Amino acid sequence: MSEIHEPDAPQSTSDMAMTGRMDVSAALEGVDISETVSNIVFDLANVRVFYGDFEAVRDVTMQIGRNEITAFIGPSGCGKSTLLRSFNRMNDLIPGARVEGLLAYHGFDIYAPDVDPIEVRRRIGMVFQKPNVFPKSIYENVAYGPKVNGMKVNMDDLVEECLTRAALWDEVKDDLKKSAYALSGGQQQRLVIARCIAVKPEVILMDEPCASLDPIATAKIEDLMKELAKDYTIVIVTHNMQQAARVSERTAFFTADVDANGVRHGRLVEYGPTRRIFTAPHDPRTEDYISGRFG
Amino acid sequence: MTTTLVESAPGGLNPLRQTKPRYGEKVIRVILFAAAAVSILTTFGIVISVLIPSLEFFAEIPITEFLFTTTWTPLFANPQYGVLPLIMGTLVITLIAVLIAIPLGLGSAIYLSEYASPKARKVLKPTLEVLAGIPTVVFGFFALEFITEFVLKPIFPGIQVFNALSAGIVMGIMIIPTIASLSEDAMAAVPAGLRDGAYALGATKRQTALRVVVPAALSGIVAAFVLGISRAIGETMIVTVAAGLQPNMTLNPLEGMQTMTSYIAAAGAGDVATGSIEYKSIFAVGLLLFVITFFMNMVSIRLVRKYRQAYQ
Repeated sequence: MSEIHEPDAPQSTSDMAMTGRMDVSAALEGVDISETVSNIVFDLANVRVFYGDFEAVRDVTMQIGRNEITAFIGPSGCGKSTLLRSFNRMNDLIPGARVEGLLAYHGFDIYAPDVDPIEVRRRIGMVFQKPNVFPKSIYENVAYGPKVNGMKVNMDDLVEECLTRAALWDEVKDDLKKSAYALSGGQQQRLVIARCIAVKPEVILMDEPCASLDPIATAKIEDLMKELAKDYTIVIVTHNMQQAARVSERTAFFTADVDANGVRHGRLVEYGPTRRIFTAPHDPRTEDYISGRFG
Repeated sequence: MTTTLVESAPGGLNPLRQTKPRYGEKVIRVILFAAAAVSILTTFGIVISVLIPSLEFFAEIPITEFLFTTTWTPLFANPQYGVLPLIMGTLVITLIAVLIAIPLGLGSAIYLSEYASPKARKVLKPTLEVLAGIPTVVFGFFALEFITEFVLKPIFPGIQVFNALSAGIVMGIMIIPTIASLSEDAMAAVPAGLRDGAYALGATKRQTALRVVVPAALSGIVAAFVLGISRAIGETMIVTVAAGLQPNMTLNPLEGMQTMTSYIAAAGAGDVATGSIEYKSIFAVGLLLFVITFFMNMVSIRLVRKYRQAYQ
């Protein structure tokens, strides 16, 4: 229930006045889209993620479409962040983490033995919950990725282009040499997005990117996401259902099953066009969650 | 008249007044202040006890002669008090120690923090810290009997038995744990989110460690360096045993040298008459050492402030 009441960018006055299912529906935009994903970027078949012996995510099969925003929603501990981190092999950094099943990117198995995780992460960027700017200047934050990847580019132009795309340029163009820590939280998160797109990825994974931001900063990031979706494929994990309703084309609802030993295992309950998930969910658990009866 | 929900206490006293005296608060305050005061008073006492004989020394020997002449022979029939050879000895040996300790210490720290498996780290870090617990006199004889004899003599056949190089090398080994352990602590304190951010951009482990983690931990690493260097400057036993006690105005590390600390130790242990000018020279050298390390600490505090990053 508490998740519905998280601070949120006001889209309209009715949004602020009401809670529960009605305002989520009010946030829905756009036309109905097909249940089947065309232009597949990620193709998951029976994906399971383990930490040691613990199965954190069970048996996920889904497809993620190009230039779409796909939202992962669900209660805490349902494995949505864990699944997201397996898309660019960030879970490799956690000792004991492993993935079973097939997680394919444009038809290529991301977990094939000959795959270089560094190459994966260059194409599939990630934005985290806390804005993790480097203790460097604003300029150096954006330039870090292109530098470590040995990109031969005009760095000044690239920095300007990425900061402009991240809707930050006008605010920082006179302070590029200043420490990134001088920026506000919302500006830092946009800087992180600029840093992410500087290495020219195809996909941007976002793990609760607005969780530490106020409603105004959140609204800016959401606008930015919609703008970026023209060129990038975006997968976002969010605790905020209104955010999922506002920005995403498709929504996947995850929940946690509790097994006989009381251990929670995440699983995908339902996946489909966001409008349909929020207005006519097939599964009663989805219905309960989005209407605020559970979670 | 307004009604109130708070009843006044009997006798019309304020019900919110303090009724119990809290003696414990006052006592603990005094005890804690005394604890803090002891170290401050001690420092003050040291400064006074060094300053007074030093001022007496400078009344007899002009400070310019002390600082700018190059012969140090306080125990000769015709004593001369040019402290530069002692400063030179201290500088040469400290420099050798730093050249050894900074690369090895920082390298160990990066390995422990970024590369070693948790299992390896659990074994290696305490082992490294054992090195810091070895008495310095043992290091001194290690320099004299092993490093000079079996490592340096085969390479430099003309090396003197007492020489600055062996003392500097072993002093460097002695401060590796200080630098490695403190630098590792600083790197371990770098938020994991910064590493994730670098990896998510396609950075390798090396690029993450050297271009994100080390710069982020720089204030702690600089502090570790300065603490290591301060220990080297103040170290006495290794140089007394292995570097010889001959004041020597040279840059050649293959020769014996005397440092400020080893002069103090040797002269203090010898039979100089209390109140004599030789005796006061010990304090003058001590004051100089104090001024140098004080100045270094000031610089280090500046550096640490400059590079400090506040993490949210």
